[in-house]
Amino acid sequence: MLWIAIRMLTGDAQKFYGLLFGIAFSTLLITQQLTIFVNLIERGASGVYNAPEAEIWVMDPVSRTTDVNYAMPSTALDEVRSVPGVEWAVPHLRAAASVRTGSGDLEGVAIIGVDDATLIGLPERLVEGDKKILAQPDTVIIDDGGVVNLFENGEDPIGQRLELNDQRAVIRGVADSIPSFTSQVTLYTKYSQALNFVPGTRNRLTFVLAGVSEGLTADEVAARIEEQTGLKAETREEFADAGVNFIIENTGIPTNFGITVVLGFVVGVAIVGLTFSLFIRDNIKQFGALKAIGVTNAKIVRMVGAQAALVGTVGYALGVIGTVAFIYAFSGNPFFKGFYIPWQIPLISLVSVIIILAITGFIALRSVLSTEPAAVFR
Amino acid sequence: MSTGQDSGTPMDTSAIGGCAPEAAICARGIVRDFESGQTTIRVLHGIDTDIKPGEMTYVVGESGSGKTTLISIMCGILWPTEGEVRVFGTDIYSLSDSELVNFRLNNIGFIFQQYNLIPSIDAAANAAVPLIAQGMEIEEAREKAKVLLDKLNIGDQADKLPSQLSGGQQQRVAIARALVHEPRLVVCDEPTAALDANSGRRVMDLLREVAVAKDRACIIVTHDNRIFDLADRILVLEDGEVTHDGTEMPEDH
Ligand SMILES: Nc1ncnc2c1ncn2[C@@H]1O[C@H](COP(=O)(O)OP(=O)(O)OP(=O)(O)O)[C@@H](O)[C@H]1O
Ligand SMILES: [Mg+2]
Repeated sequence: MLWIAIRMLTGDAQKFYGLLFGIAFSTLLITQQLTIFVNLIERGASGVYNAPEAEIWVMDPVSRTTDVNYAMPSTALDEVRSVPGVEWAVPHLRAAASVRTGSGDLEGVAIIGVDDATLIGLPERLVEGDKKILAQPDTVIIDDGGVVNLFENGEDPIGQRLELNDQRAVIRGVADSIPSFTSQVTLYTKYSQALNFVPGTRNRLTFVLAGVSEGLTADEVAARIEEQTGLKAETREEFADAGVNFIIENTGIPTNFGITVVLGFVVGVAIVGLTFSLFIRDNIKQFGALKAIGVTNAKIVRMVGAQAALVGTVGYALGVIGTVAFIYAFSGNPFFKGFYIPWQIPLISLVSVIIILAITGFIALRSVLSTEPAAVFR
Repeated sequence: MSTGQDSGTPMDTSAIGGCAPEAAICARGIVRDFESGQTTIRVLHGIDTDIKPGEMTYVVGESGSGKTTLISIMCGILWPTEGEVRVFGTDIYSLSDSELVNFRLNNIGFIFQQYNLIPSIDAAANAAVPLIAQGMEIEEAREKAKVLLDKLNIGDQADKLPSQLSGGQQQRVAIARALVHEPRLVVCDEPTAALDANSGRRVMDLLREVAVAKDRACIIVTHDNRIFDLADRILVLEDGEVTHDGTEMPEDH
């Protein structure tokens, strides 16, 4: 009988495709929007991810994220270094600056000063140039997303001169980095150089990045640093979460994406529910005949279940493939750099599809089950 | 050869008064009420009748006299308000819901006026539906159905969808579906209503040829007076009561 059920459904091409469209559309909307949402809020942690060596971030107790920070006196570095269990500690400067390009445009940029000696704080890989180039005076390394923002006409950034808060800077490398939430242009330079770029306030040490001695965990050492120095110390994971949470708490993003996801679900229920009910109504005489001939309600439930399962499987697959195709198609766009689909998301949309089909299938089934077999003689 | 299984109950017709042991259907005291708003309408007023195997029994009467209601009750798709129906000895309304469904599947063939074929499966598969519902493999069931379609002279249409068939051909598919599982009772509501006189007679001849058998009863509901002469037995229903039971129509009709 399941074969008959499937043929009944696929034979009605219009409704079959309508149902597939409804499920695929919902899946696509839910999967795609959740994917963009998750990747976008993870950008709140990009500053942490772009400094892969740092196991602990030490900061003034009021600092919240890599971008929402308050500088410490430069003595903080030595205080951290003196904590037992700290294998190494380096200064890290993050500040905002204005840059004038050769063509005269003004742009707000983030300056990141990395440790002169170890270059800890720099992204792992450069797309162009060599990390050692930072030793040259006035050198900055730009992030790859920034290249697109600053040089819209596709000029080669290498060798370009910038005016950075009235100081001269020359781009001599391009870093392979995860864009920040705001896609702001980021310029990496030596810590000592950064102090020159950033106008002089007394305290300019925004973070101390630290490593952990063997045999100790980052949690333990962070706790010791806090206890001994009175500064705030967070592990890499904690600080990444803080960045993500800051975005969630301080932007309308969760609401906006939430609305779209709910809309995807509701539209799915509407399209699938309507089409499914129409399909059942069109076939109610046939279902009635089957009931009269001798098909039990339990078998009818299984028939409609098979129809829902077919629509669900194919529609869901189309939706997920659509999302993957979408991400793939836009993978060249810097906004989508590093986008991935966390495994939880397809699972969430699968559950949504199952709920949509359970609701609509149940509604459609009710009319079949309540059909009197005697109705076939009327 | 019979695929019709006795659903457990042995042939025992002594329980209700005056049932012939060989009766295909034994209906006693059938009453059926319908609720219509506030009022209750009594459509059948205590009908007692036996249907014999090997005969073509017509149930005739004016529109609204209760013909459809009566055969629906006799074939197990409509519960009587009062009364008892035995089909080949089984008291069908004492069965559980699912037992009754299975009883119909194994013992009764239906020919609906609107055929109610499934549009997206071919003629052979449509005719094979009862066998498929009984659990037979699709291909085996289609092969069995094709044999019957051959007998009904539409073997060459077996692979066509219902929409590709004429109305008469669709009706033959519906007849094949009613007979494919060799039921012991065949019921048919208004088989000729939509047909002209000649086609109507041809369908009835066909039904007599394929549906009537020694151990099979065949009930046909009709108010088509052009085919009354083809009946073995005629029951006339008037306002929910049997007013005539004989081999021919009464003079005054
Ligand atoms: N489900 C129902 N609910 C209410 N009344 C019903 C129902 N089914 C039948 N009736 C009533 O019962 C009476 C007999 O109906 P039935 O269908 O048995 O007549 P019939 O003899 O088959 O008529 P026709 O020749 O027009 O098909 C009619 O008055 C009808 O209105
Ligand atoms: Mg009728």
